[in-house]
Amino acid sequence: MDSALLSLLGAFLLSMIGLFAFIWSLRKGLLVENPRAASVIFAKGEIGRVDDPALQGSDHAKLQAAAHEAGDSTDGADAAEIADRVAADRSSAFPVFMFIAFACMWLLFGGIAGLVSSLKLHWPDWLVSEAWMTFGRLRTVHLTAVLYGWITNAELGIIIWLMPRLLRTPLVGTMWLMLGGALVNIAIASGIGAIGAGWTDGLEYLEMPWPIGIFFAAGMVCIIGPVLYTLVNRKTESLYVTTWYHTAGLLWITLLFIVGKMPGVHFGVQQAAMNWWYGHNVLGLWFTPVAVGAIYYFLPKIIARPIRSYNLSLLGFWTLAFFYAQVGGHHLVGGPVPGWLITLSIVQSMMMIVPVIAFSINMGLTLRGRMRLGLYSPTLRFVMFGGIMYLLSSLQGSFEALRSVQQVAHFTHFTVAHAHLGAYGFVTMVLFGAIYFMMPRILHFEWPYPKLISVHFWLASIGILIYFVFLSYGGWLQGLAMLDPARPFIDSVVVTMPWLQWRSVGGALMVASHVVFVLHFLAMVLRLGPNRVGAALFADQGKALGVAHGE
Amino acid sequence: MENEVKLTTGVVVTFAIAVSALVVLPYMQVRDVKPPEGLKPYTSAEQRGRAVYIANGCMYCHSQQPRSESFAPADAKRGWGRASVPGDYYYDKPHLLGSMRTGPDLLNIGVRQPSKDWQLGHLFQPRAYVPESIMPSYPYLFEIKDKADPDEETVNLPPAHVPPGKVVVARPEALDLVKYLQSLKRNYPILPPEPRDTTGAPAAPAAPDAAKPAGSS
Ligand code: HEC
Ligand code: HEM
Ligand code: HEM
Repeated sequence: MDSALLSLLGAFLLSMIGLFAFIWSLRKGLLVENPRAASVIFAKGEIGRVDDPALQGSDHAKLQAAAHEAGDSTDGADAAEIADRVAADRSSAFPVFMFIAFACMWLLFGGIAGLVSSLKLHWPDWLVSEAWMTFGRLRTVHLTAVLYGWITNAELGIIIWLMPRLLRTPLVGTMWLMLGGALVNIAIASGIGAIGAGWTDGLEYLEMPWPIGIFFAAGMVCIIGPVLYTLVNRKTESLYVTTWYHTAGLLWITLLFIVGKMPGVHFGVQQAAMNWWYGHNVLGLWFTPVAVGAIYYFLPKIIARPIRSYNLSLLGFWTLAFFYAQVGGHHLVGGPVPGWLITLSIVQSMMMIVPVIAFSINMGLTLRGRMRLGLYSPTLRFVMFGGIMYLLSSLQGSFEALRSVQQVAHFTHFTVAHAHLGAYGFVTMVLFGAIYFMMPRILHFEWPYPKLISVHFWLASIGILIYFVFLSYGGWLQGLAMLDPARPFIDSVVVTMPWLQWRSVGGALMVASHVVFVLHFLAMVLRLGPNRVGAALFADQGKALGVAHGE
Repeated sequence: MENEVKLTTGVVVTFAIAVSALVVLPYMQVRDVKPPEGLKPYTSAEQRGRAVYIANGCMYCHSQQPRSESFAPADAKRGWGRASVPGDYYYDKPHLLGSMRTGPDLLNIGVRQPSKDWQLGHLFQPRAYVPESIMPSYPYLFEIKDKADPDEETVNLPPAHVPPGKVVVARPEALDLVKYLQSLKRNYPILPPEPRDTTGAPAAPAAPDAAKPAGSS
């Protein structure tokens, strides 16, 4: 048998065997549901008590009333466990604030760079006099700012905030985290400066020149240390789903970055294979697991009901780990790389349906009957929107990987639309929701203008829908025109014009939503607006601090 | 799951499988690829031009990987060339395969458009040649002067695009870039034939050995 085919089969079988071995080794009660493990995010007596720190007193009461069900416990939450949570939150507040503040800055900057790049695609003679303004550089500045600056910083903040909470132990090594955060952000800022100046490694997603990359890798190592140390010193027995995803994501991104940036090793076609292995793994093994982990925490927490099936989440986690890491080749369909590599990636892309469906069923069942709480809680709305877009973008991705679809969609704006459905509709929206939840706990101050949260939601979601729908359509027309030998190439440019303009419209709404969000964030940090310390409002018996931390 | 050791082991194992499949195996498979006879190493001017291409992000709009006749027949019909093979990229560091075709594939632009004047003029103002083009203009690679110095290269543009009474001269970066574009020719014959993934099936399961990817292990 052909040796290439053998290696293909080998890798596939190995993942399947590995997958079952892992699930089997963790089988304890695999067929018996494990509600206790699913409930560790609640203190004793806390199930049934909704929690959305972004809501004011009366709105919070409405949310609680809407969620009420017969049989919910009405006794207060266990004081000792709440005290643990307060201590955990206090220990992480400062580093988390730093990461979120950096993230907000990069979001604003990166979104504007994206909008300018988008405008340049239909106004090609706009801003061309200086090298740093050219499309090729500004687009890359956009990518680096949103992927590394925004998503990575925000996800680090979420991981560091949730770890101590879920492990019921204070964070250790805060100084290392601060140092790591400083290194990572120095790397991002210098990387962006370098790209603007034309100094780049030239590989998509790995543009940051490798000497600057060393700072990034060093920063990540400084961050992993304290997180793992906190993990080992935990007080809880079982690890909640979110912790698996977050620990895994941190390890993966660091290893990925180091392998990908290794100077002088990769070349030619092999480098292209590596490039896209890295490219999709940044999405699949870093952005996705951390955002999915965040949904597993915030969604049940807000609606005050544990996730329905702990075992389904276990299946989802390990299938994601085994399949997602090998999908990179679907970026090179039809390219000059060994055929078995592409086939392997397409097969694994289809297999990705398993974890995605496992996640969606689990969330669907958990939410059953409480979907309407989204009417009361904008935070929940962000998280639910993100969860649905995860399902849609991943299903789209699995089918997009098929050869017959790639024949048309590859090389076109259709891919860019999919990229934003995933990176914006899913990841970014979940991050927004998480930040709305976390900030009042970190700063002990309510969001000063809760109406703005709804404004932000509607601008962002309408913006991304316009962006996605119109650009997908335009991209598909572009692909069809390009595939038709009877039509001149320039046809494929001309047909996209109206849709590129619509993308700018959608993008402008998204950027407007970022402005609202960042100004609101600033107002909160500077304690502007109606002076409300969050805790005071829904405290009943003077347990102000405890209440502030999510009773 | 209760055990952090199992968690981290699993995480590292999945990662290792993926590195082997997508990084190490391709490395072993293409490690021994030889440059085809017709392919020359880049000269230093071409190499500098390549750096200009990278620094200005041309690869975010232009791919360098024509697809095969059976998968996407239009590629060859547009003059973008035969399907490329690993050997074609022997001297490429970093690779510039690209993932977008907002503009045409450029792996064979040196065959299709050898004219230096056209290339320089097109970089200065693409819409002087293709009115519907959305390629950015690159005026910063040129200088607008009253009169060119003797050692400078004047760009021959369609008259409407030159400011009256002025000349447009190319900066060294533009000249290097055009030398690089002119060097992009992968029209020499290749043997063995394309190891391409074209049908719906895994590459060449039943094909004779010669059809396997070059250097297949
Ligand atoms: C915004 C996307 C974009 C960028 C960035 C871009 N181009 Fe283009 N390019 C196009 C489009 C669209 C066309 C087709 C229309 C035309 O010929 O102008 C094109 C055409 C070309 C052609 C002619 C191809 C042919 O088959 O006739 C060359 C050569 C070229 N570009 C070189 C470059 C170089 C060199 C750079 C970087 C300095 C670059 N392009 C950057 C979009 C782009
Ligand atoms: C099962 C899950 C998924 C599969 C199988 C999948 C598949 C694909 C495919 C086939 C492409 C097109 C590659 C090309 O034509 O060059 C693509 C591009 C992309 N996908 Fe996904 N996708 C999935 C989920 C996601 C998610 C959740 C995100 C966001 C976090 C995402 C982000 C992207 C991005 C950013 C690109 C563009 C890459 C580029 O060309 O720069 N995908 N994906
Ligand atoms: C903050 C959230 C955002 C994220 C995470 C994000 C992510 C990305 C990613 C991954 C790509 C690469 C896609 C590819 O190469 O296939 C990209 C490209 C791009 N994005 Fe965004 N983006 C965001 C916001 C925006 C906004 C608000 C706009 C405004 C219109 C925008 C416009 C663009 C443009 C024009 C490109 C270049 C596409 C091309 O190369 O043709 N993005 N973005």
